[in-house]
Amino acid sequence: MEIVPLGDSALIVRVREQFEDAPEETQDQVLQTFRQLRSAAIPGVIELAPAYTSVAVFCDPVDVAKASGTASDIFDWLATRIGAATVPKRRGSRRSAPRTVEIPVCYDPEFAPDLEEVARHAQISTEQVVELHSAAGYRVACIGFVPGFPFMAGLPKKLATPRRSNPRKEIPPGAVGIGGAQTGIYPLRSPGGWNLIGRTPLRLFDPSKNPPALLHAGDRVGFRAIKREEFESLKQ
Amino acid sequence: MTAIIQRAGFLTSVQDLARTSFREFGVSLSGALYPFAMRVANLLVGNHESEAGLEITLGGLQLHFQDERIVAWCGGEFDVLIGAAPLPAGHTALVRSGEELKFGRAQIGCRAWLAVSGGVDVPIVLGSRSTDLRANFGGFDGRALRDGDVISLGEWPGSSAFAKATADKPTTAKVISSWTAPHDWVSPAKPNPILRFVRGMDWTRFDAATLQRLPSEPFTVSPDSDRMGVRLTGPELARADNVDLISEAVAPGTVQVPPSGQPILLLGDCQTIGGYPKIAHVITVDLGIAAQLRAGDRVRFSEVSLGDAHRLLLQRERALERFRIGLSLRSP
Repeated sequence: MEIVPLGDSALIVRVREQFEDAPEETQDQVLQTFRQLRSAAIPGVIELAPAYTSVAVFCDPVDVAKASGTASDIFDWLATRIGAATVPKRRGSRRSAPRTVEIPVCYDPEFAPDLEEVARHAQISTEQVVELHSAAGYRVACIGFVPGFPFMAGLPKKLATPRRSNPRKEIPPGAVGIGGAQTGIYPLRSPGGWNLIGRTPLRLFDPSKNPPALLHAGDRVGFRAIKREEFESLKQ
Repeated sequence: MTAIIQRAGFLTSVQDLARTSFREFGVSLSGALYPFAMRVANLLVGNHESEAGLEITLGGLQLHFQDERIVAWCGGEFDVLIGAAPLPAGHTALVRSGEELKFGRAQIGCRAWLAVSGGVDVPIVLGSRSTDLRANFGGFDGRALRDGDVISLGEWPGSSAFAKATADKPTTAKVISSWTAPHDWVSPAKPNPILRFVRGMDWTRFDAATLQRLPSEPFTVSPDSDRMGVRLTGPELARADNVDLISEAVAPGTVQVPPSGQPILLLGDCQTIGGYPKIAHVITVDLGIAAQLRAGDRVRFSEVSLGDAHRLLLQRERALERFRIGLSLRSP
């Protein structure tokens, strides 16, 4: 583990150098570090945000200085507290099981303008793309890009498709896409370059709720293929 | 009570000190791009420093008041008028019912933060009144203000008591206080400014020539800059390696370098994570200068240590504490 400054008001706690070589293990470690830091409630820390291999610790240096009683070496003090809070747990120690969330997706052509492109790239039929995409198990590595956007690992290798060379200016909320080796869901009307293969009627981001995002880092996700009628009824 | 946005200008939005605690869900900070200026403006009008105010970009705001309020603003060089009386940055003034406050075009810099006693009263969404202009929530209907909008103002206890205590002998233009906050707090915009930075974690991924160029050569602000980031053009910042980086957190002040080699200085509306190498971070006390950069401005970078960045921040905070105490002695 290394702890490095991200400017003067944040530190990044990097638990591993790589992600792809061991996604599950890396995600477990990131989440464990995230939880340990949250329960440590280190004074001056404003919030934490997990990413693929790291947890960002955002702080107010003024509050850290007050808590530590020192005006110099603010980050040394913080790094020591972070280090103490994130001692690796013993092997076999209990970890809380991740949540599993099922996302209904309608893969009808009108919602899937790039389904044929993905099929062509994988040299399989569009039906096989849908089958592969909805049969696989995924895990949310982190939320970002726009509020509630889940970056998910676990896409079958065959479905990996390069991003579009011309990103779309506007993608509708709920659009399910493939970008390189990842799959994700656009929560809000936004620009984007991923290949769109379906749409979910679920709302991925709702600022009137707390937490505002449907999916959280660490969640296990499965896609269930649905028909147009079910899409409409779930959308109500 | 309410105030009427007669003209919204180029881009005016409701902002407070930012929406923290939701970055794990990808929610950007939003907020005043220079929160310190919003704090000072709020303190000047007798508000708690976290009240919401208006962020004005490039000017053009015209605001019609329907009751009596104390106002103050901090930011770039703008001509601001209450009726016909000029209101310089960092001074407080009493605006009476029926009076208008007008922001002219920015002469230097591009943003100003206006505080009104009682604050701008919009619903709190995810802990903040700030407008998230990218995700369209918070603030006033999740969007920038438009001509004809009517904004609610919060209640303030002072009626004219605080006004009488703070504004010198009210007669026409003299409703404006003669005392003010320190000049570099209220007016952080400078022509051809220098931004101080600490090294980013990917500093060593850049080649030796690049590491010399960053602190020595000027960069020009590109027109496609916005509240997400200031795009800079200048000498190419070239990588020494070509390792694909794994996305991780970024923050306002982060200077990231996309494959074009032209850096982007991130501001308050930036994404929460990014995958470009981080060559540097502008220090928090200089975010006020960063927030004033506009197309065509030339800017230079100068390196400081992390210790210096913290020392400067703590100094500024102590000075603000003294200022707060000074203000409380003026209040009734």
